[in-house]
Amino acid sequence: MAWQMAGAHTKQAGGNKMDRKNENETAQNMQRAEEKNRFYMEVESRSQNEEFARVVVAVFMSRMDPTLEEVDDVKTAVSEAVTNAVIHGYRNGSGIIYIESEIEGKELTVSVKDTGAGIPDIEKAMEPMYTTDTTGERSGMGFSFMEAFMDQVQVQSRPGEGTVVIMKKQIGR
Amino acid sequence: MADASFTYEAKGQVLVIHLPRELDHHNCRNLLNETDLLLSENYVARLVFDFGRTTFMDSSGIGILLNRYKQMSRSGGTMTYYGASRQIVRILHIGGVAKLIRGFESKEAAMKG
Repeated sequence: MAWQMAGAHTKQAGGNKMDRKNENETAQNMQRAEEKNRFYMEVESRSQNEEFARVVVAVFMSRMDPTLEEVDDVKTAVSEAVTNAVIHGYRNGSGIIYIESEIEGKELTVSVKDTGAGIPDIEKAMEPMYTTDTTGERSGMGFSFMEAFMDQVQVQSRPGEGTVVIMKKQIGR
Repeated sequence: MADASFTYEAKGQVLVIHLPRELDHHNCRNLLNETDLLLSENYVARLVFDFGRTTFMDSSGIGILLNRYKQMSRSGGTMTYYGASRQIVRILHIGGVAKLIRGFESKEAAMKG
Protein backbone atom coordinates (compact mmCIF):
# COMPACT_ATOMS: atom_id res chain seq x y z
CA MET A 1 0.00 0.00 0.00
CA ALA A 2 2.67 2.52 -1.03
CA TRP A 3 0.13 5.15 -2.04
CA GLN A 4 -1.02 5.57 1.54
CA MET A 5 2.46 6.49 2.63
CA ALA A 6 2.84 8.97 -0.19
CA GLY A 7 -0.47 10.54 0.80
CA ALA A 8 0.61 10.80 4.43
CA HIS A 9 3.77 12.55 3.39
CA THR A 10 1.87 15.13 1.29
CA LYS A 11 -0.47 15.80 4.14
CA GLN A 12 2.40 16.47 6.45
CA ALA A 13 3.95 18.92 4.01
CA GLY A 14 0.82 21.00 3.47
CA GLY A 15 -2.25 19.68 5.21
CA ASN A 16 -4.59 21.95 3.18
CA LYS A 17 -7.61 21.17 0.95
CA MET A 18 -5.50 20.96 -2.21
CA ASP A 19 -3.34 18.16 -0.85
CA ARG A 20 -6.35 16.17 0.22
CA LYS A 21 -7.67 16.40 -3.34
CA ASN A 22 -4.37 15.13 -4.73
CA GLU A 23 -4.45 12.32 -2.27
CA ASN A 24 -7.90 11.26 -3.46
CA GLU A 25 -6.85 11.44 -7.10
CA THR A 26 -3.82 9.29 -6.41
CA ALA A 27 -6.02 6.72 -4.70
CA GLN A 28 -8.45 6.71 -7.61
CA ASN A 29 -5.67 6.30 -10.17
CA MET A 30 -4.22 3.42 -8.21
CA GLN A 31 -7.61 1.77 -8.09
CA ARG A 32 -8.06 2.18 -11.83
CA ALA A 33 -4.63 0.65 -12.44
CA GLU A 34 -5.61 -2.30 -10.27
CA GLU A 35 -8.79 -2.82 -12.26
CA LYS A 36 -6.85 -3.09 -15.52
CA ASN A 37 -4.71 -6.12 -16.18
CA ARG A 38 -3.45 -8.13 -19.11
CA PHE A 39 -1.55 -11.28 -19.97
CA TYR A 40 -0.26 -12.80 -23.16
CA MET A 41 1.03 -16.27 -23.90
CA GLU A 42 2.01 -18.55 -26.73
CA VAL A 43 1.42 -22.28 -26.65
CA GLU A 44 2.18 -25.09 -29.09
CA SER A 45 -0.85 -26.26 -31.00
CA ARG A 46 -1.44 -29.50 -29.11
CA SER A 47 -4.69 -30.88 -27.77
CA GLN A 48 -3.16 -31.08 -24.24
CA ASN A 49 -2.93 -27.29 -24.28
CA GLU A 50 -6.72 -26.89 -24.57
CA GLU A 51 -7.02 -27.64 -20.87
CA PHE A 52 -3.90 -25.60 -20.00
CA ALA A 53 -5.24 -22.51 -21.81
CA ARG A 54 -8.70 -22.57 -20.23
CA VAL A 55 -7.26 -23.10 -16.74
CA VAL A 56 -4.82 -20.17 -17.17
CA VAL A 57 -7.66 -17.84 -18.22
CA ALA A 58 -9.80 -19.11 -15.31
CA VAL A 59 -7.04 -18.29 -12.82
CA PHE A 60 -6.42 -14.88 -14.46
CA MET A 61 -10.10 -13.90 -14.20
CA SER A 62 -10.44 -15.11 -10.60
CA ARG A 63 -9.42 -11.65 -9.28
CA MET A 64 -12.64 -10.27 -10.85
CA ASP A 65 -14.51 -12.21 -8.18
CA PRO A 66 -16.60 -14.16 -10.71
CA THR A 67 -19.35 -16.68 -9.91
CA LEU A 68 -18.56 -20.36 -10.51
CA GLU A 69 -20.91 -20.27 -13.47
CA GLU A 70 -19.05 -17.35 -15.04
CA VAL A 71 -15.74 -19.18 -14.68
CA ASP A 72 -17.23 -22.31 -16.28
CA ASP A 73 -18.67 -20.23 -19.13
CA VAL A 74 -15.33 -18.62 -19.92
CA LYS A 75 -13.47 -21.94 -19.61
CA THR A 76 -15.83 -23.54 -22.12
CA ALA A 77 -15.54 -20.65 -24.59
CA VAL A 78 -11.72 -20.62 -24.38
CA SER A 79 -11.66 -24.39 -24.82
CA GLU A 80 -13.77 -24.08 -27.99
CA ALA A 81 -11.54 -21.39 -29.51
CA VAL A 82 -8.30 -23.24 -28.74
CA THR A 83 -9.76 -26.54 -29.98
CA ASN A 84 -10.69 -24.81 -33.26
CA ALA A 85 -7.12 -23.55 -33.63
CA VAL A 86 -5.73 -27.06 -33.04
CA ILE A 87 -8.15 -28.92 -35.30
CA HIS A 88 -9.02 -26.41 -38.01
CA GLY A 89 -6.30 -23.73 -37.86
CA TYR A 90 -3.35 -26.11 -37.78
CA ARG A 91 -5.22 -29.29 -38.88
CA ASN A 92 -3.73 -31.21 -35.94
CA GLY A 93 -0.23 -30.31 -37.13
CA SER A 94 2.30 -27.99 -35.55
CA GLY A 95 1.91 -24.27 -34.99
CA ILE A 96 1.70 -21.61 -32.31
CA ILE A 97 -1.52 -20.46 -30.66
CA TYR A 98 -1.44 -16.89 -29.32
CA ILE A 99 -3.69 -16.20 -26.32
CA GLU A 100 -4.22 -12.77 -24.87
CA SER A 101 -6.59 -11.70 -22.12
CA GLU A 102 -7.42 -8.35 -20.62
CA ILE A 103 -9.44 -7.20 -17.65
CA GLU A 104 -10.83 -3.71 -17.75
CA GLY A 105 -13.15 -2.97 -14.87
CA LYS A 106 -15.85 -5.63 -15.13
CA GLU A 107 -15.11 -6.59 -18.71
CA LEU A 108 -13.03 -9.61 -19.62
CA THR A 109 -11.62 -9.92 -23.13
CA VAL A 110 -9.99 -13.10 -24.42
CA SER A 111 -8.48 -13.42 -27.87
CA VAL A 112 -7.22 -16.63 -29.42
CA LYS A 113 -5.17 -16.39 -32.59
CA ASP A 114 -3.60 -18.86 -34.98
CA THR A 115 -1.65 -18.37 -38.19
CA GLY A 116 -3.02 -21.54 -39.75
CA ALA A 117 -5.44 -22.44 -42.53
CA GLY A 118 -7.99 -19.67 -41.98
CA ILE A 119 -11.73 -19.88 -42.63
CA PRO A 120 -12.98 -19.40 -46.21
CA ASP A 121 -16.57 -18.62 -45.17
CA ILE A 122 -16.89 -17.34 -41.59
CA GLU A 123 -20.68 -17.06 -41.72
CA LYS A 124 -21.00 -20.71 -42.74
CA ALA A 125 -18.45 -21.81 -40.14
CA MET A 126 -20.48 -20.08 -37.44
CA GLU A 127 -23.76 -21.79 -38.39
CA PRO A 128 -24.89 -24.16 -35.63
CA MET A 129 -24.08 -27.82 -36.42
CA TYR A 130 -21.92 -26.91 -39.42
CA THR A 131 -18.79 -29.02 -39.46
CA THR A 132 -16.16 -30.01 -42.01
CA ASP A 133 -15.45 -33.14 -39.99
CA THR A 134 -16.24 -36.49 -41.62
CA THR A 135 -15.78 -38.83 -38.64
CA GLY A 136 -19.11 -37.79 -37.11
CA GLU A 137 -17.37 -37.04 -33.82
CA ARG A 138 -17.51 -33.25 -34.06
CA SER A 139 -20.77 -31.52 -33.11
CA GLY A 140 -20.17 -28.35 -35.15
CA MET A 141 -21.20 -26.32 -32.11
CA GLY A 142 -17.89 -24.65 -31.29
CA PHE A 143 -18.87 -21.12 -32.31
CA SER A 144 -22.42 -21.59 -30.96
CA PHE A 145 -20.93 -22.45 -27.58
CA MET A 146 -18.64 -19.40 -27.67
CA GLU A 147 -21.67 -17.23 -28.47
CA ALA A 148 -23.80 -18.89 -25.78
CA PHE A 149 -21.22 -18.37 -23.04
CA MET A 150 -19.75 -14.98 -23.92
CA ASP A 151 -21.47 -11.62 -24.50
CA GLN A 152 -19.62 -10.87 -27.71
CA VAL A 153 -17.72 -13.04 -30.20
CA GLN A 154 -15.86 -11.53 -33.11
CA VAL A 155 -14.08 -13.64 -35.73
CA GLN A 156 -11.53 -12.36 -38.20
CA SER A 157 -9.99 -14.75 -40.69
CA ARG A 158 -8.26 -14.95 -44.02
CA PRO A 159 -7.61 -18.24 -45.85
CA GLY A 160 -3.92 -19.13 -45.65
CA GLU A 161 -3.19 -16.48 -43.03
CA GLY A 162 -5.06 -17.58 -39.94
CA THR A 163 -7.89 -16.73 -37.60
CA VAL A 164 -8.41 -14.59 -34.54
CA VAL A 165 -11.39 -14.96 -32.22
CA ILE A 166 -12.05 -12.07 -29.83
CA MET A 167 -14.53 -12.74 -27.03
CA LYS A 168 -15.87 -10.37 -24.38
CA LYS A 169 -17.88 -10.95 -21.23
CA GLN A 170 -19.10 -8.77 -18.37
CA ILE A 171 -18.25 -10.40 -15.04
CA GLY A 172 -20.28 -9.97 -11.87
CA ARG A 173 -22.94 -7.65 -13.21
CA MET B 1 -3.72 -40.51 -15.82
CA ALA B 2 -6.71 -42.55 -14.70
CA ASP B 3 -8.74 -39.34 -14.66
CA ALA B 4 -8.24 -38.76 -18.37
CA SER B 5 -9.46 -42.16 -19.58
CA PHE B 6 -12.77 -43.81 -20.24
CA THR B 7 -13.55 -47.02 -18.42
CA TYR B 8 -16.23 -49.47 -19.42
CA GLU B 9 -18.46 -51.78 -17.50
CA ALA B 10 -20.73 -54.29 -19.19
CA LYS B 11 -23.73 -55.88 -17.48
CA GLY B 12 -25.91 -58.03 -19.69
CA GLN B 13 -27.02 -55.84 -22.55
CA VAL B 14 -26.12 -52.63 -20.75
CA LEU B 15 -22.81 -50.89 -21.29
CA VAL B 16 -21.79 -48.24 -18.75
CA ILE B 17 -19.14 -45.72 -19.87
CA HIS B 18 -17.42 -43.91 -17.01
CA LEU B 19 -16.42 -40.53 -18.44
CA PRO B 20 -13.19 -38.71 -17.63
CA ARG B 21 -12.85 -35.61 -15.42
CA GLU B 22 -12.39 -33.27 -18.39
CA LEU B 23 -14.55 -34.15 -21.36
CA ASP B 24 -12.83 -32.09 -24.06
CA HIS B 25 -11.39 -32.70 -27.53
CA HIS B 26 -8.11 -34.00 -26.11
CA ASN B 27 -9.72 -36.64 -23.92
CA CYS B 28 -12.42 -37.59 -26.44
CA ARG B 29 -9.95 -38.63 -29.13
CA ASN B 30 -9.80 -42.28 -28.11
CA LEU B 31 -13.45 -42.90 -27.43
CA LEU B 32 -14.53 -43.48 -31.04
CA ASN B 33 -12.46 -46.62 -31.71
CA GLU B 34 -12.98 -48.03 -28.25
CA THR B 35 -16.77 -47.84 -28.26
CA ASP B 36 -17.01 -48.90 -31.90
CA LEU B 37 -15.15 -52.05 -31.00
CA LEU B 38 -17.28 -52.71 -27.93
CA LEU B 39 -20.53 -52.07 -29.78
CA SER B 40 -19.56 -54.32 -32.68
CA GLU B 41 -18.49 -57.21 -30.47
CA ASN B 42 -21.39 -57.10 -28.02
CA TYR B 43 -25.12 -56.62 -28.32
CA VAL B 44 -25.77 -53.42 -26.39
CA ALA B 45 -29.38 -52.38 -25.88
CA ARG B 46 -28.55 -49.51 -23.56
CA LEU B 47 -25.60 -47.18 -23.28
CA VAL B 48 -25.23 -45.46 -19.90
CA PHE B 49 -22.93 -42.47 -19.40
CA ASP B 50 -21.52 -41.82 -15.95
CA PHE B 51 -20.73 -38.11 -15.44
CA GLY B 52 -19.87 -38.67 -11.77
CA ARG B 53 -16.23 -37.63 -12.17
CA THR B 54 -16.79 -35.06 -14.90
CA THR B 55 -16.28 -31.41 -13.96
CA PHE B 56 -15.73 -29.97 -17.44
CA MET B 57 -17.37 -30.55 -20.81
CA ASP B 58 -17.37 -28.56 -24.04
CA SER B 59 -18.86 -29.12 -27.51
CA SER B 60 -16.40 -31.98 -28.13
CA GLY B 61 -18.28 -33.90 -25.43
CA ILE B 62 -21.58 -33.07 -27.13
CA GLY B 63 -20.10 -34.39 -30.39
CA ILE B 64 -19.28 -37.80 -29.01
CA LEU B 65 -22.67 -38.09 -27.26
CA LEU B 66 -24.52 -37.22 -30.48
CA ASN B 67 -22.49 -39.72 -32.46
CA ARG B 68 -23.16 -42.50 -29.96
CA TYR B 69 -26.85 -41.54 -30.02
CA LYS B 70 -26.94 -41.98 -33.80
CA GLN B 71 -25.22 -45.36 -33.49
CA MET B 72 -27.59 -46.54 -30.77
CA SER B 73 -30.77 -45.38 -32.48
CA ARG B 74 -29.77 -47.24 -35.68
CA SER B 75 -29.76 -50.50 -33.69
CA GLY B 76 -32.88 -49.57 -31.72
CA GLY B 77 -30.95 -49.07 -28.50
CA THR B 78 -31.34 -46.31 -25.92
CA MET B 79 -29.05 -44.00 -24.00
CA THR B 80 -29.17 -42.59 -20.46
CA TYR B 81 -26.83 -40.76 -18.08
CA TYR B 82 -26.36 -40.20 -14.38
CA GLY B 83 -24.19 -38.26 -11.93
CA ALA B 84 -24.20 -35.01 -13.90
CA SER B 85 -23.50 -31.75 -12.06
CA ARG B 86 -25.56 -28.61 -12.62
CA GLN B 87 -22.99 -27.22 -15.07
CA ILE B 88 -22.87 -30.48 -17.08
CA VAL B 89 -26.69 -30.55 -17.28
CA ARG B 90 -26.55 -26.96 -18.52
CA ILE B 91 -24.06 -27.91 -21.25
CA LEU B 92 -26.26 -30.89 -22.25
CA HIS B 93 -29.22 -28.51 -22.64
CA ILE B 94 -27.34 -25.88 -24.63
CA GLY B 95 -25.87 -28.63 -26.81
CA GLY B 96 -29.37 -29.98 -27.52
CA VAL B 97 -28.57 -33.41 -26.12
CA ALA B 98 -30.76 -33.20 -23.01
CA LYS B 99 -33.91 -34.04 -24.99
CA LEU B 100 -32.31 -37.09 -26.60
CA ILE B 101 -30.77 -38.69 -23.54
CA ARG B 102 -32.63 -39.16 -20.25
CA GLY B 103 -30.86 -38.26 -17.05
CA PHE B 104 -31.12 -40.17 -13.75
CA GLU B 105 -29.99 -39.65 -10.19
CA SER B 106 -28.34 -43.04 -9.71
CA LYS B 107 -26.51 -45.62 -11.75
CA GLU B 108 -29.15 -48.28 -10.96
CA ALA B 109 -31.94 -46.02 -12.22
CA ALA B 110 -30.01 -45.12 -15.35
CA MET B 111 -29.40 -48.79 -16.13
CA LYS B 112 -33.04 -49.73 -15.57
CA GLY B 113 -35.04 -46.58 -16.40
